[in-house]
Amino acid sequence: MSSSIALHGFHGGLRLPGHKIAASAASSRACPLPPTLILPLGQYGGSLAQVLVAPGDRVRRGQLVARADGLAANVHAPAAGSIVAIEPRPVPHICGLPASCIVLAVDTDADTDDRAICFPPMVEWQQADAQSLLERIADAGIVGLGGAAFPTATKLGYPIELLVINGAECEPWIACDQMLLRERAQEVCTGARIMRQIVGATRVVLAIEDRMQDAAEAVRAALDSSTDIELVEVPTIFPQGGERQLIRVLTGKEVPSGGYPVDIGVLCHNVGTAAAVYRAIVRGEPLLERYVSVTGHGVLAAGTWRVTIGTPVEWLIAQAGGYSGDAARVVLGGSMTGTAIATDAVPIVKASNCVLVLTTDQLRDPAPELPCIRCGECARVCPAQLLPQQLHWFIRAADWDAVESHALIDCIECGLCAQVCPSHIPLVDWYRHGKTELHLRADAQQRADAARKRFEARTLRLAQAQAERTERLAARQAVDEESPASDPIAAAVQRAAARKRSEGGPEHGA
Amino acid sequence: MAREFRLGGAPHLPAATSVQTVMLKVLLALLPGIAVSVIWFGVGLLLQIALACVFALLAEAAMLQLRGRPLRPFLSDLSAPVAAVLFALCLPPWAPWWIAAIGMLSAIVLAKHLYGGLGYNVFNPAMVGYVVVLIAFTRELSAWPALAAGSALAPGEMLHAVFGGGQPWDAMAQATPLDTLREQLGQGRTLAEIRSGPAFASAAVRGEWLALAWLLGGLWLLQQRVIHWQVPVGVAVGVIAVAAPLWLYDSGRHASPLFHLTSGATVLAAFFIATEPVSGAATPRGRLLFGAGVGALCVLIRRYGAYPDGIAFAVLLMNAVAPLLDRWLHPRVFGRSK
Amino acid sequence: MIEAVLALSGLGVLLGALLGWAAVRFRREDAPLVDAIDRILPQTQCAQCGFPGCRPYAEAIARGAADINQCPPGGEAGIQALAALLGREAKPLDATHGSEQPARVAWIDEEVCIGCTKCIQACPVDAIIGAPKLMHTVLIDACTGCDLCVAPCPVDCIYMLPASSGIAVWRAPRPAAARLQNITFLRVP
Repeated sequence: MSSSIALHGFHGGLRLPGHKIAASAASSRACPLPPTLILPLGQYGGSLAQVLVAPGDRVRRGQLVARADGLAANVHAPAAGSIVAIEPRPVPHICGLPASCIVLAVDTDADTDDRAICFPPMVEWQQADAQSLLERIADAGIVGLGGAAFPTATKLGYPIELLVINGAECEPWIACDQMLLRERAQEVCTGARIMRQIVGATRVVLAIEDRMQDAAEAVRAALDSSTDIELVEVPTIFPQGGERQLIRVLTGKEVPSGGYPVDIGVLCHNVGTAAAVYRAIVRGEPLLERYVSVTGHGVLAAGTWRVTIGTPVEWLIAQAGGYSGDAARVVLGGSMTGTAIATDAVPIVKASNCVLVLTTDQLRDPAPELPCIRCGECARVCPAQLLPQQLHWFIRAADWDAVESHALIDCIECGLCAQVCPSHIPLVDWYRHGKTELHLRADAQQRADAARKRFEARTLRLAQAQAERTERLAARQAVDEESPASDPIAAAVQRAAARKRSEGGPEHGA
Repeated sequence: MAREFRLGGAPHLPAATSVQTVMLKVLLALLPGIAVSVIWFGVGLLLQIALACVFALLAEAAMLQLRGRPLRPFLSDLSAPVAAVLFALCLPPWAPWWIAAIGMLSAIVLAKHLYGGLGYNVFNPAMVGYVVVLIAFTRELSAWPALAAGSALAPGEMLHAVFGGGQPWDAMAQATPLDTLREQLGQGRTLAEIRSGPAFASAAVRGEWLALAWLLGGLWLLQQRVIHWQVPVGVAVGVIAVAAPLWLYDSGRHASPLFHLTSGATVLAAFFIATEPVSGAATPRGRLLFGAGVGALCVLIRRYGAYPDGIAFAVLLMNAVAPLLDRWLHPRVFGRSK
Repeated sequence: MIEAVLALSGLGVLLGALLGWAAVRFRREDAPLVDAIDRILPQTQCAQCGFPGCRPYAEAIARGAADINQCPPGGEAGIQALAALLGREAKPLDATHGSEQPARVAWIDEEVCIGCTKCIQACPVDAIIGAPKLMHTVLIDACTGCDLCVAPCPVDCIYMLPASSGIAVWRAPRPAAARLQNITFLRVP
């Protein structure tokens, strides 16, 4: 039932005009399979999954085609077909660089193919132990569907007290979580219960924004007076759905700077992730599809679709009626935090929640950027309580020590500072630049320290070898002096033999 | 066929505001006070504003040209007219035209462009301009019209005074209430005596109306989120903190905090001058202390300094200290304990 | 008159004594300058600066025997950091000591390697492992890209390749600074 827990606030934030009607008016539709699916191998943090197939192989729907490595998750073939290539293709990453992908040509009868591979359904999951549940989640390739794509099994590996299921979709245009809740609330709730069993949480809260009343109704109907999951409506302020802000609103506690929610006994998962967990455990399905909103004034028929992972954006937009005349930019994500893509050949990946096609009048005027007038609006809206103005000055001046001490790593890149800046300074771009520079600088510092150690160790080793040699030379001369009458050659041969015996092998190095 | 698109950074939204919009709001908020000033002091004020704007824009254009910067974005951002208006409000309505010229030259060239232009000035340009002309041309700046009805100059006389060098150094010129107060306190009179004097009575009341007009504009700016509440509150606190003990100690010789708040340019400073974003503090607590410093220094300069109104000097002194306040009063970051 | 002279002199002596005492009492124990310089240097140990390693170069700078613009791997950023540390003017990299290159690592062509250990002996950070008559290989994480192994190899089987690229080491670019401003200054509190 709806719970009336005392809600806290968070600093900053802004009420943004909502644009979710377009994507949420009608029910979601299933997007037909495209002729080609593109499956990127690289996922969280740049780790690459290990490819298990080769060009020419035939695969079945649900077949494992790349194994998790590091923080990359398992990749499964979302449809029956054959592998065309494993090559670099454009991917939805902000850098615009191509990355290694498996290119799958889908069979024409793939829709009706019923030889899909899936795991054995764990219908009695309540009796299963946490380890086997986690293994199934990892095997199914489930990652955080809220946008970060962090491997879910790793995130569920810690005991916590409060499990938050995040349905507070705060980006103004995106409605995929809302639609998922409206249509599959039962799956989300069961998934939440499975997660609770794994981590042993004492409390489960499902948070939604207070303007998502249709989702609230659906969740209440699914919960049907059970009290193990509390439904909480939070105010519709951007970026309410940000993990740290949501946790603060629900509990009043702040995730430590540079830390994680587990540090304060909280875990936050997206509603889509919960639904995927349900499907993996109860139905044995790997993560093969997700809800994606296609919206904006640049598409003719906005709506929310159930899209197969790997579908090219181009195909999806064609299903949504195609581009309108004035389509000027395609953004993967929302208007505040999304990434503009250069080509619509990029695929929908596990973390894609929205394709937003914007027309020229919906975009910022390319007016020149003026100098910062230090008005302080950016600091007023920053949910991380940073000083965006100072950060911008320091990054501009490349004063990296000051950038670090002003907590750039805590910036969640919500975009509010850039939105309110009267001088139209692209603050988020500055912070991204600052973050990668800081990261590389820390990296370079580490490598330099390691190189220094190795150099000093080598110098020491050489000096020791030298000292030993000098000692041996001195010892040899002493022996010579004691027995001057013996044959010097024979003595030398004797010494060499003695040395060989004592050292037992050829010398290494210098 | 894959389609290509031009890229752009987040957020993918039309901008919420612009520097021009912010400056325009400041100008609009100044209108009530300007209207009341014109009623009390005559239309000469409008002439001063016009002169100051012209000289400000000319100086700005010249400097932009010299520095090789594009003219259109910087001239249309309205920051020079805002400085011009604030400067003109401090001038007597019939000040000679060259006062505005020298003042605006100092403000725009010295205080603004020599430090780097928009966003880089360390000191408040309008106040720098005012202080330069105040110290250099004290006589011209101390001749205020009497506030008795019918004392405003006719337009022809006004033009002659401003452009023709015919300053009315006759009995129609009169010092401001603050000036009178200082002078007569210096002569040993008590407040009660000064108040009952002819120069004071009507002036003080009209001053309160002026303060109210500035307050209205300032409150609107607060509501529009153009300025931060910490500055005006800080100024009020600073004024009261210094004026109240003095007044309680000897109310015969020290003016009350209310007088300080409603006379002179206190309210104007609190909402429009001390809130100049570039030269002020950039952190919330920094702004509070900045405002308090301005208020306290203003009262001290009025009471013990050589000039009748301490706002300009107080603001400039606090401008110098503002970066230090920011360094000391850094706000707490989310997830950190300090 | 004489009182004035005596008073001012006395004051001068008193204040001077106070300053002297403060200089001793509040003396800061700074880390040695050489350590601070060495922390800035990139530890490539390539000897392009003319000294046999980064530490000797740091010592030379500290005693004034070398200029701050002799280190190509440190590049302009390194020169700026040294200039800031020592309170000197930054200058462009001295071209006689080399030019700034993107990060590189060595790679041994195993088809050609003869196992002579000459490169192992040359590597200043022991980043090549191997043994006489056995295959040699470069540890990528330890290689600083100093180039010292290339020359000694008698069969020219060592190549310098660009260090890792791609998404993992992508650097978000500085936003194209608006043409309206090109002012930078170093410290804003």
